Amino acid sequence: MSTVCASCFNILVFVTLQQRDPMLKRDGFEDILEERRNSSDLKYALRCYAPVLYKGVTPCKANMLKNIVLQSDQLHYVINQVSQESGEAPDIIQEEASVILEEMAHRLQISTVRFFAFALSKAFKTLFQHVCVNEEGIQRLQQAIQEHPVVLLPSHRSYMDFLLMSYILYTYDLALPVIAAGMDFMGMKFVGEMLRMSGAFFIRRSFGGDKLYWAVFSEYVKTMLRNGFAPIEFFLEGTRSRTCKSLTPKLGLLNIVIEPFFKGEVFDVNLVPVSISYERILEESLYARELLGVPKPKESTSGLLKARRILSEDYGSIHVYFGQPVSVRSLAQGKVNRSTYNLFPRHIPRKPMEETQSFVNDTAYRIVRLQEDNMVLKPWVLMASLLLQNLEGLELSVLTEQTVWLRGLALSYAAFLDWPDHAPTAKVVSSSLALHRGLACVSGGRVSLVVGEPLGPVTPEEALFNRAVSVLSCASYRNQVLHVFLRPAMLAVAMHTAASSKKNEVYNCFSFLWDMFSNDFILCPGDIVQDFEEACYLLVKTGAVQMPQQDIVMTDIGQPTLSFFNGLLEPFLQGYQMLLPTLRSEYSVLCVFTGNLRCYEVLSSDMQKNALAALLRMDAVRKVKV
Amino acid sequence: MGRSSVRVLAAATITMTLTSTVCFPRQEIMKWNGWGYSDSKFLFNKKGQAEFTGKRYSILGMVLPSLQDWFENTFGASVNHKSPATPALNASAVPPASLNEAFVEDLKATGIPFSHEAEDRVFRAHGHCLHEIFALREGKKFERVPDMVVWPNCHNDVVKIVELACKHNVCLIPYGGGTSVTSALECPPEETRCIVSLDTSQMNRILWIDEKNLVAHVEAGIIGQDLERLLNESGYCTGHEPDSMEFSSLGGWVATRASGMKKNVYGNIEDLVIHIKVVTPRGVIEKSCQGPRMSTGPDIHHFILGSEGTLGVVTEVTMKIRPIPEYQKYGSVVFPNFEAGVACLREVAKQRCAPASIRLMDNEQFQFGHALKPQVSSIFTNFVEGLKKFYITKFKGFDPHQLVVATLLFEGDRERVLQHEKQVYDIAATFGGLAAGEDNGQRGYILTFVIAYLRDLGMDYYVVAESFETSVPWDRVLDLCRNVKERINRECKERGVQFQPLTSCRVTQTYDAGACVYFYFAFNYRGLADPVHTYERVEHAAREEILANGGSLSHHHGVGKLRKEWMKESISSLGVGMLQSVKDYVDPDNIFGNRNLL
Repeated sequence: MSTVCASCFNILVFVTLQQRDPMLKRDGFEDILEERRNSSDLKYALRCYAPVLYKGVTPCKANMLKNIVLQSDQLHYVINQVSQESGEAPDIIQEEASVILEEMAHRLQISTVRFFAFALSKAFKTLFQHVCVNEEGIQRLQQAIQEHPVVLLPSHRSYMDFLLMSYILYTYDLALPVIAAGMDFMGMKFVGEMLRMSGAFFIRRSFGGDKLYWAVFSEYVKTMLRNGFAPIEFFLEGTRSRTCKSLTPKLGLLNIVIEPFFKGEVFDVNLVPVSISYERILEESLYARELLGVPKPKESTSGLLKARRILSEDYGSIHVYFGQPVSVRSLAQGKVNRSTYNLFPRHIPRKPMEETQSFVNDTAYRIVRLQEDNMVLKPWVLMASLLLQNLEGLELSVLTEQTVWLRGLALSYAAFLDWPDHAPTAKVVSSSLALHRGLACVSGGRVSLVVGEPLGPVTPEEALFNRAVSVLSCASYRNQVLHVFLRPAMLAVAMHTAASSKKNEVYNCFSFLWDMFSNDFILCPGDIVQDFEEACYLLVKTGAVQMPQQDIVMTDIGQPTLSFFNGLLEPFLQGYQMLLPTLRSEYSVLCVFTGNLRCYEVLSSDMQKNALAALLRMDAVRKVKV
Repeated sequence: MGRSSVRVLAAATITMTLTSTVCFPRQEIMKWNGWGYSDSKFLFNKKGQAEFTGKRYSILGMVLPSLQDWFENTFGASVNHKSPATPALNASAVPPASLNEAFVEDLKATGIPFSHEAEDRVFRAHGHCLHEIFALREGKKFERVPDMVVWPNCHNDVVKIVELACKHNVCLIPYGGGTSVTSALECPPEETRCIVSLDTSQMNRILWIDEKNLVAHVEAGIIGQDLERLLNESGYCTGHEPDSMEFSSLGGWVATRASGMKKNVYGNIEDLVIHIKVVTPRGVIEKSCQGPRMSTGPDIHHFILGSEGTLGVVTEVTMKIRPIPEYQKYGSVVFPNFEAGVACLREVAKQRCAPASIRLMDNEQFQFGHALKPQVSSIFTNFVEGLKKFYITKFKGFDPHQLVVATLLFEGDRERVLQHEKQVYDIAATFGGLAAGEDNGQRGYILTFVIAYLRDLGMDYYVVAESFETSVPWDRVLDLCRNVKERINRECKERGVQFQPLTSCRVTQTYDAGACVYFYFAFNYRGLADPVHTYERVEHAAREEILANGGSLSHHHGVGKLRKEWMKESISSLGVGMLQSVKDYVDPDNIFGNRNLL
């Protein structure tokens, strides 16, 4: 394949980095808990709250909003359609729509928000050392809210995310968002209603062919957006990422919030990526167990109360980074011709055109990448990456030394690393180990992963399970740095696998990996050449690789970098390799168990799911209905 | 209000009938570098108050005390910062005439008058686009102007001229009233042949009136207001009143698919014409009868209507006439906001009860209209005005920065007008509209006629302005207006315009399925190196926004050369091909080489 033209290489990379440059200049952080520790939480919860809304619109009462939705042409059209198809009277369908809306709609109440402001202040101060927010991002958001309808798109790692978001916006006197939440929360009776009153609206997890549900839902969201009553918030990833890797985006809601722009109903829509980074995730070990097939505990109020014990632990700090608002108008410039919407009545629902679909898909990926770019990484993330490549453990001094080395590498790849200023490295390493003492321990100068709770005798299966829990928990930290290293790492693997050092052949391997991994990692559709060039550029820049003529070769000093990268992706490669012949998780358990493979990550349901999706996509396997 | 106020414009006439062999050059009574009559213009007097000079426009001619404040506040301009125009045409800025001697010889033999004076040629080298007027005011060098001007006196003269042009391969550009705002009159700079401007102004007679069928046969060079005045003498009117009717010609209306203010009663130009005679390089096109409707294949009139001078010269038109209406009444309705106003107009259109004219001005234009209120002489009027204002803003709770006004014009017999008026006011009331009197209505229509003069005033003080229009389905009117205004504001900011621009729109026509929307756009250009270029980029962006929001490329201004680039997008490349094949057949040597449209 000769898609890569060496001559355009420099220009392309230059352009790419230029495009991404604004993100690389990152804002500083302010700790919002600091003030909470020094002044009354009650006063704070009761203070005057008067946010500025979009173009000065007056806030809309929840009931009025429902009426607008129920009276909309859009909904009427679908009601009549459904009524004709089902033979039911329109009144009955209308009533159904009203019930759906009732079940869905938020009932934002300032008193509930104040309650949360108070309760969360207390909880945050116990759980976290700092909650850091980039204030410049807040200022940009404030500006954006006044000018255009805003959609907040935070990363999703924890149940905390949306409470945290509302808490921050309340703190800065910004308009509170309405948040799309999954129906599972409604299982918790009291809490569900509390969340509803703090701005959540609830959508069923699946409503595939239900036209009426879809119409009510999309019109509800669009009405809020068009009128600018409140910023809309949802999670592009669709669900909490149990692995701390960003999940490939879901497009349903994004389609809904972008459509009003294409139809000319709003001048523009601003998408604001928000990156929420937890130093320690509350759900840490829960996730690992879930990935290993222990069912997710059902959301229940009593479960929440039991979870109180987490209040006694230290979860480090949280960093919330509000990214640069992304204008849909500017993104769509030259990509989508809005006038194609001119010949069809705007109130009739219609499947988006191909051009639009690919634009929305592309936009979703770009936003997730922007989220990734501004995720704050802690030193522990680097240490976890190293420990996972040395499961038998590392000398503390070696770990420290390698962490310093990796820090340098990460920084040169523009990682957003929160490394304490002026602290000696040994101190940084030891305090990281202290915070994550549930995952790693030092004994006799060696650092190794903590395995299970050695209480009483365990069966070999239990031992394996415990081992896998600790590996997967640790992997969830390594995963946080993957987006920084992913492209060069794929190149390193490609160089390792390719039959020769010819650029073409390396590219072919790279593109195979790129394609295969595109369910597991955030790889923007169509960016394959650009990603390859970026990878080359970064490896050349850091001196690990040189590119004489049409070749890509390792330099004298490239060995540590390339082998680290190979090691970084090894679990994924091995996992996919394993799953290819079997697709049966029992078999993989067996392999690990019998020592055929030293890769616990293949046990993760997430990896199995992604690998299967990749294999299906690449036509390696076929679905057969049994 | 009775018949006396039929015309807002005054008893102005520009019948430039050819009485001898000397052609009366229009520039003697009309500005060479601005809009309208030389003796009529706005200026700020020594007290800083605005005045309108001349006696042609009966309603103005008085002091307008609030205009200066409005002007300075809206644009951040100052009456102390002047940007005066070059006082006179600099003949050296005009390229020398490159004449086709053989053509000139043959033309002389026909006795048709012609000229190659610089002033005559420059006057016919432009329309009234901002860039054209701005260049004249700045005294810029002209790239290309017509090499000569001919004044045919009748259809046969035109036939002779076109024959000679074909014989000698000369480029002809028909010139009617010169009010084009689409760069349609600009000479293509790449044209190497001799360019002859064919001025139809001498073909200005009503040839006959047929009262049995209510049609009149008229030469196409006649100017709108002359046509109305002459028909009025016989008790008739055409009712076709485009905003440019003081200066635009019948032939021009046909060539651009013009629309008149009172189209709800009388129809647009395509509804008014019964027969058209056109001279093309291939010969004369006309129909064989005056049947009111025919099913004889695609209507050939529709090749001519909107052909913008690319196929030939319209020489004679038979058009419908109506008895002058017995009674006429202005009116106005104030709405709390633009949304309510549009909803009302939509309802009026739905019930098909639109008055002769109904227009909805947005808040910016409402305020602009207010700035044009003449000084009130009596304390009583002052008091009444104050009371009205108090009633609307305080008692009815209208926000003065949101409220909009619809202006109305009813025509017909007295009883029916009053009945009609009630019907419309009743509909308005259901949308929160309050009747706001005849004066406000009438003032709205004055604005239409003086706006072009006001642009000249603006240009004296670093303010450039332009208008553009579109037509759009009802459900998109609000979205389009909002988005286009926002786009203009954004583009201005991005292009370094230092002051907040004025963007204003009004819905000027209602149809069953949509409306015509007219935009005004103006900004203070101090600090800009190339204001015209900036302006053009912004207008370009605004047009893209219009098209993206479901608006048409033009409702009545036409395409000219200004909007050619969007023709394919607008009518498909196949559509353009169809038009091109007609052009290729009718005018294979591109004698009518103004290069409009395609």
